[in-house]
Amino acid sequence: MEWRDQGILLSQRPHGETSAIIEVLTLAHGRHAGVVRGGGGRRMAAVLQPGAQLDLTWRARLEDHIGTFTLEPVKSRAAAALGDRFALAGLSAMLSLAAFSLPEREPVPALYARTVALADHLGADDWALAYLRWEMELLDELGFGLDLTRCAATGSREDLAYVSPRTGRAVSRDGAGDWASRLLPLPPALLGQGPATPEELVQGFRLIGHFLDTRLAPALGDRPVPAARARFVALLARQSA
Amino acid sequence: MADSDIESLIELMARLPGLGPRSARRAVLHLIKKRGQLLTPLADAMAKVGATARECVNCGNIGTEEICAICTDDRRATGELCVVEDVADLWAMERSKIFKGRYHVLGGTLSALDQVGPEDLRIPQIAERIDREGISEIILALGATIDGQTTAHVIADEVDGRDVRLTTLAQGVPVGGELDYLDDGTITAALNARKSF
Repeated sequence: MEWRDQGILLSQRPHGETSAIIEVLTLAHGRHAGVVRGGGGRRMAAVLQPGAQLDLTWRARLEDHIGTFTLEPVKSRAAAALGDRFALAGLSAMLSLAAFSLPEREPVPALYARTVALADHLGADDWALAYLRWEMELLDELGFGLDLTRCAATGSREDLAYVSPRTGRAVSRDGAGDWASRLLPLPPALLGQGPATPEELVQGFRLIGHFLDTRLAPALGDRPVPAARARFVALLARQSA
Repeated sequence: MADSDIESLIELMARLPGLGPRSARRAVLHLIKKRGQLLTPLADAMAKVGATARECVNCGNIGTEEICAICTDDRRATGELCVVEDVADLWAMERSKIFKGRYHVLGGTLSALDQVGPEDLRIPQIAERIDREGISEIILALGATIDGQTTAHVIADEVDGRDVRLTTLAQGVPVGGELDYLDDGTITAALNARKSF
């Protein structure tokens, strides 16, 4: 078995004394793990930093083997992130969430393209909003998407202001009525209505976080959502305060 | 000594870093041939260290006392505290003989995927040491990696609001390094941290 593809490095861990097991998100093969011989050495340490774009060749005797990667660095993103606290927290949150949630060896081409685009624009002004939308797309890709097209109670497409914490469907202000306090606030930016204020972003991350915690995590064996996401949201909340 | 004893010694040696079954076999054979000069003193030294080695309760360094020699040395109370990831990093810093202050060994770095949080490391103790030992500068000597720098930011949050200077090691071209052989990340860091010449 052999294939060649490009991918973004999600994680790496030591394997024996000199090798490493890496996880990459590739265009045609989804999230894929493999051994990198010599990947534990000093020479490869700079290449195997999370977020790096790699040109990969994977080989294995049988398809279900973990196999080995040979790789060439295409682009390093760690250096740009290391000096910028916000970018570092954002990159860690995105990569750890992808590694945590995406199924192995199932291609997610649209999400891959969005992940690469986000990684390439680390530190941009609207990065947090783009990342929030990436998380929405991730939920969608995994079958837990929110339905923000119309009100679950009235069917109206106007004045959508809440999301049901149980169903993930939007609810309009009229439709919510007395139940409004039990619903999650829906920031307009998630409906594509204008740029998001820092407060709206935090609100949006709390909304998505609810579904990551209550729907995605239980479906993945009740493992907790990576703490890197909580650290990013906490940083964002501190900046908006 | 039965053959099985030698085999079990070889198996144990093969678990050491840098040794495999073949090199362990060679090492054991060498030790047996030099029994008087090497094997017995080594066994004695290992038994002694096995009985006395412990983690310093103050900094996390490894020594043979409850508080290590660095922490008890008054000449090292300079007000500088160097935070390192592991004891191996502390030993590397000590090899350079440049740093004259004290250390704080975290015992790892934060890891999102392995669910290693601040409470799993010795991060909360840093604030306690600032108050107790009159620390005026914290030098973050953590790896130039995603996990290392994430940990550095969490430590910065932990000591925020205290009257302490926070510094970090420079990143750039290593001694003996040639630009042609450096990765683009190192070159970027070096260029960003350039200084007047």
